[in-house]
Amino acid sequence: MFNWVDQFSDWLIYHVFNVAEDSSLGNALDFFVYDTIKIIILLFLIVFIMGIVNSYLPIEKLKNYLQTRNLYGLEYLFASLFGAITPFCSCSSVPLFIGFVQGGIPLGVTLSFLITSPLVNEIAIAMFLGLFGWQATLIYAVSGILLGTFGGWLLGKFNLEPLLSEWVKNILKAKQEKLAYEGKDNRPFSQRLPGISKEAWGIVKGVFVYILIGIGIGAAMYGYVPENFFEQHLGSGAWWTVPAAVVFAVPIYANAAAIVPVIQVFVSKGVPLGTAIAFMMATVGLSIPEGTMLKKVMTLKLIGIYFGTVTVFIIISGFIFNLLL
Amino acid sequence: MKEIKVLGPGCARCRTTYNNVLQAVKESGLEAKVEKIEDIMEMMKYNVLSTPVVMIDEEIKTKGRVATVAEILELLKE
Repeated sequence: MFNWVDQFSDWLIYHVFNVAEDSSLGNALDFFVYDTIKIIILLFLIVFIMGIVNSYLPIEKLKNYLQTRNLYGLEYLFASLFGAITPFCSCSSVPLFIGFVQGGIPLGVTLSFLITSPLVNEIAIAMFLGLFGWQATLIYAVSGILLGTFGGWLLGKFNLEPLLSEWVKNILKAKQEKLAYEGKDNRPFSQRLPGISKEAWGIVKGVFVYILIGIGIGAAMYGYVPENFFEQHLGSGAWWTVPAAVVFAVPIYANAAAIVPVIQVFVSKGVPLGTAIAFMMATVGLSIPEGTMLKKVMTLKLIGIYFGTVTVFIIISGFIFNLLL
Repeated sequence: MKEIKVLGPGCARCRTTYNNVLQAVKESGLEAKVEKIEDIMEMMKYNVLSTPVVMIDEEIKTKGRVATVAEILELLKE
């Protein structure tokens, strides 16, 4: 699918700009042009497809389904999948969280949704797909969904409701029955399309600079960091790289678009893929802006427990990846 | 006079929607009171799961997406 991009970037760098083939600079520039074009295309496609899915996703029905059916434990998986599909932003995640607890859906199930929502997002998926291929992307997405499933399940075992914000607890007290929702979207597909593609472009434009920065740093490192640099200094047996990478990643809030290209270079120079995935998960799945957003519905103590549990889960998955991959 | 409310916790999409509403009201020449509701507690009273939401005279018209100026103009005619 992307052969033509490869040919185009070769042509551009080696023939138009006349950079010597196989030079460090040539390689770095070629890598930069190729990755940037490929990722922009992938990102637009994925955001666009997810936009269509979300436009038709009957979130109210799905919520009512979760609320009324006994799913024998599958509700955690279901909520986690739901989190993967819906975009993570303050405009939908917080109202959905409240809607869930308001509807009497157990807090653990709601947290499954909340863990996966930022973890598995379209930008991370597009970047992974572009830079690591579909197998690594699949591992990332599936493990993210499972992590949300089990994380929520475990958190649900503890009595955490008292740690919600005061006003959310008040909502819980006045539990409501199945709610009817107004404002059904009856527009045909042709009328939805312009809005969806406009928003997809908006997202691509919004992260474009980060993609350039990430790929730029990656390209510079790729050409200049010696082969097997990290293998020599870290060694694939260094178990501590996983917790170190995760703990380092939690407080930094980097856009997935900027961080994946850098991670890819780390991996190509000998950092184990599992460590890299764990790092990635901690970067996008847990962040300070997210904590600020959660502060509206949770006490600091609950945010601490939530972040702590997810961190431990990410570290464990990092170990599992490194064993398996 | 129509009463329009835009619900959204201050994200980019919510701001765009609010500006579209203002634009549509201006273009329609109608008199309308436009209110922006950013407080999440206040917002949840309206029983919504996704924002931005456009309400006209206490009725939810669009939700979970950016309503275009043309679309809001149509809604204002109703």
